[in-house]
Amino acid sequence: MSDAARNLLRECLQRQLDAQTGAWLEAQIAALMQDPADAALDIVLGMIPRRLGKAQLALSAAELFAAGKSIEGWDPRGWSVTDAARILVLSGLPRTAIPFAQRFRVLCRSADVAELITLYRGLPLYPDPTTLEEQVGEGLRSNMRAVFEAIAHHNPYPKTYFEEHRWNHMVLKALFIGSPLAPIQGLDQRANPELARIMCDFAHERWAAGRSVPFEIWRCVGPFAEGQAIDDLARVLGSGETIERHAAALALAASPDLRAARLLQDFPALTGDIFRDRLTWATLQ
Amino acid sequence: MMLIDPHAHMISRTTDDYEAMAASGVVAVIEPAFWIGQPRTNVGSYLDYLSSIVGFERFRASQFGIRHYCTIGLNSKEANNEELAEGVMELIPRFALKEGVVAIGEIGYDEQSPLEDKYYRLQLELAKKLGLPVMIHTPHRDKKRGTTRSMDVCDEHGLDPTMVVVDHNNEETVKETLERGYWAGFSIYPSTKMGNARMVEILRQYGAKQVIVDSACDWGISEPLGVAKTAKLALQQGIAEEQVRLACYQNALDAYGQSGQMKEEDWLNPQAIDQRAVFEGNSILRGGREPRVEEGKSRRTMDDLIIE
Repeated sequence: MSDAARNLLRECLQRQLDAQTGAWLEAQIAALMQDPADAALDIVLGMIPRRLGKAQLALSAAELFAAGKSIEGWDPRGWSVTDAARILVLSGLPRTAIPFAQRFRVLCRSADVAELITLYRGLPLYPDPTTLEEQVGEGLRSNMRAVFEAIAHHNPYPKTYFEEHRWNHMVLKALFIGSPLAPIQGLDQRANPELARIMCDFAHERWAAGRSVPFEIWRCVGPFAEGQAIDDLARVLGSGETIERHAAALALAASPDLRAARLLQDFPALTGDIFRDRLTWATLQ
Repeated sequence: MMLIDPHAHMISRTTDDYEAMAASGVVAVIEPAFWIGQPRTNVGSYLDYLSSIVGFERFRASQFGIRHYCTIGLNSKEANNEELAEGVMELIPRFALKEGVVAIGEIGYDEQSPLEDKYYRLQLELAKKLGLPVMIHTPHRDKKRGTTRSMDVCDEHGLDPTMVVVDHNNEETVKETLERGYWAGFSIYPSTKMGNARMVEILRQYGAKQVIVDSACDWGISEPLGVAKTAKLALQQGIAEEQVRLACYQNALDAYGQSGQMKEEDWLNPQAIDQRAVFEGNSILRGGREPRVEEGKSRRTMDDLIIE
């Protein structure tokens, strides 16, 4: 937990809320310091959207920068004031005999959709983050795309705390539910040979079924592409939509295999754009 | 015409039903907490049930552009299992304040036993404390007396009749319910509760001022298009459009909107945050599949042979 992060959240909220609502929120936080039992917490969490509404949390560029500095990767863009207040309350709960992870699990089990999203968005701010990983794994199993994305997108928790197996399955599930990969933090840093293999298998499965292959998968393949994976990339480079060909070129440019470099020689314009950073994964979005 | 089905146990229904309801004009449903066709044996399965109706079911509905609300309560049948009932009563306050919970319900009597009476009264008090409307399930057996008693007990506890929907009315109960100032719900449920031709006659006789039409569709042989078919039949048989709109849309919104959790903007003009979180009318699911299908085209036919 970071005090700087909580202070920032608190300041943004107090600036945006009217004085009466702001005072109400502070009073609830103070009361929970005295009585942090589940029954009291449930009522505060339930009352927050009724009191605060769902307006988007207003953040200046400086505040966003400060957010990312207080906790590496923390990105509260798109949060509502209700998200912010609930997370402020949860992250500031006094320590009791019951570990936070256990309380978090109980909350998740009885949460409505919006609450689940809030609970998982708040992950960067909670105490003892490593103890939450199992419940976060449960969240990823959700069939509700917005809940999945509350964990996977714009959230530094997965890249910081997931072991490789969970990481890989999160990325794969994103593809299966049509969720973009680009908003996943740490996609390049956490790339690994196992994920590259899974992605190539996935591409073959899609081709066999006569379905399209999402261009983003090649980003996970590139740095480990060799052998058969180079053949797959050559296939995409020589056919497919423009965006797919560009993705294949980017993946080949990241490959350590000499065949990749030779393939790219036939596409000097693309290679030039990549070399000059005119074509990147960011420009492909 | 926009329609609301303010009593539908969607947890028991298929995606085909959602699709058909959306195509018929249903923009919102209310899922009352009830029993699931067989008794639950422990509080854990009740917890999971309540989580489903505030969570996954809402998401399922949203895929078809239907806004899903629910009511929270301990039903009369399971009130008779005291051990379970005690556990559930501890859960109710936690769930009653969730977003989109528009009432305490459906509660009331089944056999009219002492335990049913006890938990009915406790939940009426809770509704009063939380400022929530109440949805009353009137009993199948000894219906007339049970309906009268349900309202007597509400009066005794000082509930405002305009905060209470008395559901599953019929020709025998409607007069008293209306005269006492309660909202009168009618469930268009084949063979048992109410047919839509009978419903049209009730609208003709009593008007639509406090009348709310629902389907009460569930795991039994029931009709998710109950509201839509009633609206269509009523219009065909000369009931004024405004009366149909009241009975099949506006009254439900007025009654349950008193919770502060249900507004017309929810489906007419959803907030951006809402749109993302719980109202993904056009979300793409499972490998790019578009769940909403063209109007008038049902998957429930052998003519549409190709499964992609």
